[in-house]
Amino acid sequence: MGLENTLFESLPDILTVKLDSVINWARKSSLWPATFGLACCAIEMMNTVSARNDLSRFGAETFRASPRQADVMIVSGRVSRKMAPVLRRIYDQMPEPKWVISMGACATSGGVFDNYAIVQGVDKVVPVDIYVPGCPPRPEMLVHAIMMLQEKIMKESVKDRRDTYEPESRESIVPGTLPVTEGTALERETEIEVAQNQVSRPYTIPSRHERRRSS
Amino acid sequence: MIEKLHEFVEKIRGENASWVSDVAEGHGEVTVFVPRESIVDTCAFLKTQQGFDMLADLCGVDRGPEVDPRFEVNYHLFSTKHHNRLRLKVLLNEEDPHVATVTHLWRTADWHERETYDLVGVIFDGHPDLRRILLPSDFDGHALRKDYPLRGYEPYSLN
Repeated sequence: MGLENTLFESLPDILTVKLDSVINWARKSSLWPATFGLACCAIEMMNTVSARNDLSRFGAETFRASPRQADVMIVSGRVSRKMAPVLRRIYDQMPEPKWVISMGACATSGGVFDNYAIVQGVDKVVPVDIYVPGCPPRPEMLVHAIMMLQEKIMKESVKDRRDTYEPESRESIVPGTLPVTEGTALERETEIEVAQNQVSRPYTIPSRHERRRSS
Repeated sequence: MIEKLHEFVEKIRGENASWVSDVAEGHGEVTVFVPRESIVDTCAFLKTQQGFDMLADLCGVDRGPEVDPRFEVNYHLFSTKHHNRLRLKVLLNEEDPHVATVTHLWRTADWHERETYDLVGVIFDGHPDLRRILLPSDFDGHALRKDYPLRGYEPYSLN
């Protein structure tokens, strides 16, 4: 191809650019999603990275099983109330910068599942950057969502995404525990008694851009 | 086949006539209504002496708040020796939805009884670890009761 030849001939040795644009360009070109399939939308998400639609054209094909290595969480499917703390925890474990795509009608608004078991919109649990409509959305729509997210990333500034240590984030979660695994007392009276004696600790940490949004 | 099942009912009657309060038959199946206080004895008798060694299912039913007795607990027994199925049924009042556990007879009853407690609200006395199994531990109410509102009692919030 000889791209190096053309670049070498057409560009100077040293370029002066905005730091934001270079870093954002690098970030948007290697978005790594967290593997987080919840329902039938996950099938379309898998199809998006497969050969026909090939999400790797946009640098977002590397699905990581660990939230520590992921940049974007694609919430693909309905989020049950029991899953919501788990989802929030995975979101909290992702390092900044991080983004969330709400894929499909169920993740966005609960969809047809307007009942006690399903969270009516994942934006009640985590802040969402891109909503994708559809039931399920076609893979092309997810590709479009990734591209819109890339446009959004290009408008960001590095200063907003500093990863600082908060004292509350260290105290809020005891390692190895999840609120969902705590047992409930059998009798109604002891249940209330336990609830009254329990020191409630928040198990969510407001993320950077949640704070920015509320302030 | 159905005659064979009625023989088992007669055997239960022969052991203790008060264990059978009613018998229903339909679709080639036989259901024995058992009083609440004798369900453990009946199950033990069927398991140890009649070869019903497997508890295929244990489930609860809410017939609705206007029906009395409101709840029923069904014990679906199966024999891996003579391949017969028998259903035992216990009826429970809304005010006192207690029934003795059968976990000491069949270990599988542990999770089935937890599920029945979780969704219908039947309390199994003597259960080793009776807490919710499907719904979140902080869930309010019992979801499969007929008077439970579809959207729950309060809107969702994470904290």
